Amino acid sequence: MKKSILILTLAAISAAQISRAADITGVITLKGTAPAEKELTPIKDDPNCSAAYASGLPKTKFYVVGAGGELADVIVSLKGITGKSTGASAAPVVMDQKGCLYMPQILAVQTGQKVIVKNSDNCVHNVHTVPKENAPQNMVQMPGGADLTFTFDKPEPFLKFQCDVHPWMFAWVSVYDHPYFAVTDKDGKFTIKDVPPGKYTIEAAHRKLGTQTADVEIKDAGVAQNFTFEIK
Amino acid sequence: MNNKYNPALFWFAVLNAVATFLLIGLGGLVTSHEAGMSVPDWPTSYGYNMFALPIKFWTGGAFFEHTHRLLASVVGLLTTVLAVWLWLKDSRKWLTWLGVAAFLLVIAQGILGGLRVKWQLDWLGVPHGAVAQTFLVLVAALALVTSRWWHNSAAQKQIAVPRGLRSHVLYVTILIFIQLLIAATMRHQHAGLAISDFPLAHGKIWPDTSVEAIARYNAERMEINNAKPLTAFQVNLQMIHRLVAYAIFLGVAAAAMLARKKLGGRDGLTKFTFAWLGLLTLQIVLGAATIWTNKAADVATGHVMVGALALLVGALWWLVAARRTALT
Repeated sequence: MKKSILILTLAAISAAQISRAADITGVITLKGTAPAEKELTPIKDDPNCSAAYASGLPKTKFYVVGAGGELADVIVSLKGITGKSTGASAAPVVMDQKGCLYMPQILAVQTGQKVIVKNSDNCVHNVHTVPKENAPQNMVQMPGGADLTFTFDKPEPFLKFQCDVHPWMFAWVSVYDHPYFAVTDKDGKFTIKDVPPGKYTIEAAHRKLGTQTADVEIKDAGVAQNFTFEIK
Repeated sequence: MNNKYNPALFWFAVLNAVATFLLIGLGGLVTSHEAGMSVPDWPTSYGYNMFALPIKFWTGGAFFEHTHRLLASVVGLLTTVLAVWLWLKDSRKWLTWLGVAAFLLVIAQGILGGLRVKWQLDWLGVPHGAVAQTFLVLVAALALVTSRWWHNSAAQKQIAVPRGLRSHVLYVTILIFIQLLIAATMRHQHAGLAISDFPLAHGKIWPDTSVEAIARYNAERMEINNAKPLTAFQVNLQMIHRLVAYAIFLGVAAAAMLARKKLGGRDGLTKFTFAWLGLLTLQIVLGAATIWTNKAADVATGHVMVGALALLVGALWWLVAARRTALT
């Protein structure tokens, strides 16, 4: 009886905590003018790749900025949290190789979470990870070949995926040991869901612009935290 | 076995040296196109026997990596034949053992290249590049010592080359080899151009390498290949590369002046030294062009090949000078 009461009490406390978890939202903007993106001219040397771009070659996408300065592809995460990964049970994340480009180019996953890489192109790619903390991998992927699956054991910011057959192809995957992260969309918006109550340091990381941090506190409701990166 | 000039042997040795030089060029293209890992398996290629890879897979970076492997196999075969030929037909024991050394070195070079890919050890690209240059000098030396000139020199009056001049050329040649190690380290950073202007460096005589400056360079750089972010180490390494280049140029210029003074303007070695100076002038132009063209692969590879030639010329110069002096 006492044991049942204890279990019920603990469950009630956990439920109360989960029900008090809240979201951290925000908008990230860029102040100043980003450098002009460069056309991926080497694509035209490979007919397998250039066939997808009859109307013009794609450009680099280092700075994806909206009309009002909204900055996409910024990875926002909570700092200093370890050992909270739910990656093993999380849904896999899919990255495709299409038109000889990785899509999407910026991703964030948890340790142990699967990254499934597809090859939708009519040519061979090699999927080559260039990590600093995790073990490197390099696998060939034939056109129409089986999907490749990657998982990473250690947290790492901007782990690079590249194709050495097509050296303009690259993507970055940030790996976290917890589920509290998000990538800004084309409107510069992000939402980190279900953050338990507490004080945190939130970090916004852009591939080119570096990182910014801010302190937030989750109490009874969600909080908003915006960031502004600047190019001088 | 004999010690007479054998033209077939000599020209085969020349063929091997030329093939090796071309292989260095092809290897240079692999790195210039960032294609070193484009064929993840070795000694197979995409699971196929290397000699049976379907042509449809010879695309993009894989074209350079795969043809590099094929030509490397040819050089391995040529070197093996040369080593056996020397062993069976040349009476100079030291030369036959040099042939064995060349055989062992080409095997080691092949393994270095293969392990770089198989074990994904990018840094192995640096010793792989260094051994390539060393091997080129070795096989060119084999061609020299099997040449008509080498065989006939013993019967001809030779003019000794002063020790000071020989030592000077040797030190400059060693400096060129050190420069090649610096260059190989730079190229295998896979970070693109650490400094995007010349003759200034990030707009200054000596570039700012503070944390803020490096962050600014990375923010402003719009690389279109899979280059890693720049670091202060890479910027400083590029500056050292430039300084050593100037030192080498001055060293070779001094060698040319010294050779003309000590040997006379008509001496073959003096002319060879001035040709060396011409080569170094071209090398500096190619180095500048590498930067001005944002590391265009063909220009950067040309820079690699002329660097190899510069090392070769110094080494062969010294061997000829040593031979002449020993015969006086």
